Amino acid sequence: MKILVTAKRVTDPDAKIRLKPDGSGIETAGLEYKLNPFCENALEAAISLVEAHGGEAVAVTLGDDAAVQNLRTALAMGAARGIQVKVTDAELDSDLTARILARVFEAEKPDLFLLGKQAVDGDSNQVGQLVAEVLGLPQACFASKIQVTDGKVLVTREVDGGLETLELTLPAVITADLRLNQPRLPKLPDILKAKRKEVKTLTPADLGVEATRKVETVSYEAPPQRAGGVRVKTVQELVEKLKNEAKVL
Amino acid sequence: MADVLVVAEVAQGRLRKTTLSAITFARQLASRIGGGFSVLVLGKGVSGPAQEAAAFGAKAVHVVDAPALEHYIASTWAAVVAEAATRVGADFVAATSSTFARDLLPRVAARMNAGMVSEVTAIVGDAPPLRFKRPMWAGNVIATVEVKTPKAVFSVRGAEFDAAAAAGGASPVQALAIPVTADPKVRYAGFAATISERPDLTEASVIVSGGRGLRDKQGFEGVLNPLADALHAAIGATRAVVDAGIAPNDLQIGQTGKVVAPNLYIGVALSGAIQHLAGMKNSKVIVAINKDPEAPIFSVADYGLVADAFKAVPELVEEIRKVRGA
Repeated sequence: MKILVTAKRVTDPDAKIRLKPDGSGIETAGLEYKLNPFCENALEAAISLVEAHGGEAVAVTLGDDAAVQNLRTALAMGAARGIQVKVTDAELDSDLTARILARVFEAEKPDLFLLGKQAVDGDSNQVGQLVAEVLGLPQACFASKIQVTDGKVLVTREVDGGLETLELTLPAVITADLRLNQPRLPKLPDILKAKRKEVKTLTPADLGVEATRKVETVSYEAPPQRAGGVRVKTVQELVEKLKNEAKVL
Repeated sequence: MADVLVVAEVAQGRLRKTTLSAITFARQLASRIGGGFSVLVLGKGVSGPAQEAAAFGAKAVHVVDAPALEHYIASTWAAVVAEAATRVGADFVAATSSTFARDLLPRVAARMNAGMVSEVTAIVGDAPPLRFKRPMWAGNVIATVEVKTPKAVFSVRGAEFDAAAAAGGASPVQALAIPVTADPKVRYAGFAATISERPDLTEASVIVSGGRGLRDKQGFEGVLNPLADALHAAIGATRAVVDAGIAPNDLQIGQTGKVVAPNLYIGVALSGAIQHLAGMKNSKVIVAINKDPEAPIFSVADYGLVADAFKAVPELVEEIRKVRGA
């Protein structure tokens, strides 16, 4: 089976993000970039499915040339080849991202499109669902288990209140949640091999997509900071404060 | 005139209380655009929740009740919601963020050719142009965004919009005759519910939450259950605890789990990773109990106790029982 899978470049998920003094964006000096953790889960799922069923996994990223570095990580994990659609994050919104990915899907005609459920920078959690609607495909978002059998895919989804299972007819769109798997760490020979794998670079225009946005970011600000609290020494002191000061007991 | 349509969420035959946050958002938005709001209730056999939804001053509660809507399926439901919005003249669609809303609303937005704003925390200014605040980077940045399309879809942070109070009187409940076509490419194959007698995390006024410091299932439950009992609290967990299979996914609080803002949040033996703080730092009172004095959770805690949870929490339960006279 052929699987298309996303490999988005994001700021280090564990980095403390700070704004530029003028609020025009985040301070990027000294910031590291990584693969979006949810894309890593999607990649791991795509690659293990290909290992089990044959076929190929094709990784796609939307980003500037620096994003190709992260695309190479996806190739080192085991994706057969990569596609970079050259565009910067600032030029994108979820809708444009989805319209571009939908055209890539149509060009590649995979059986399955796996995406991370959200990117940990924008935190929108929209793109997989939008792509599915644009393409008229069934979706299973927030997947924690994927089983492919005979033109269908059985997906367990992490939802409020428990775990739901859906059976989708392929082709289908699945977004990965963190418990789907433990993403592999590429080994050195794979990293070297990945350097020779094909990466095709396209532009939105190549794909016939009009680069317009439906939602624009006007400004950024820091969230309100909590005033520093106090340390209590004993459980008794804690309870006294919760009762008489915070009045929550 | 533009109206706002709230998509109600129904669980176990009842209106989910979280829906009331989207109603508050819709009231605010409607007053700024000089329009009104209505509520859409979808499902099979949903006259009960439709009646519940009628208490909040909506112009109408629209109901699409059909056998094909017995189970929620994104593609099937999105078509119905988008059609309902057109029929009732709503340019704006909103629902309180949940796995249901996050799954459904982008598809609705695509069908309406509308921009969508996820996890709205505030409406800024008066129309036009309407702007909205939303968190990015695990809540470390608040962005103000503008929707450029005439129509828009919103998922709303429940923790940021108070539950709507009953408005007196009842909205008319009207059936919408929208034909429902079940997506033949999706088959509902079952649901394994997390069984809990405790309050729902997103609705609880007190939450006790545990981290990896509680070691295993026995430690997690042994320490937290008596505390939750004493406080009638919901139980939450960090991602590490859920990843380790110690607690079900439904309990995860954080950037990618549930976002909560109870009156009292007690974090037990959890360090407070950025991703976890994103889900609870707007709680009104935060208590941290951790034996590591350097744990990041202490930087957001109103009251911090550096102590071994296995010793401190049983003591805490005793003290709470004393002051509560139980």
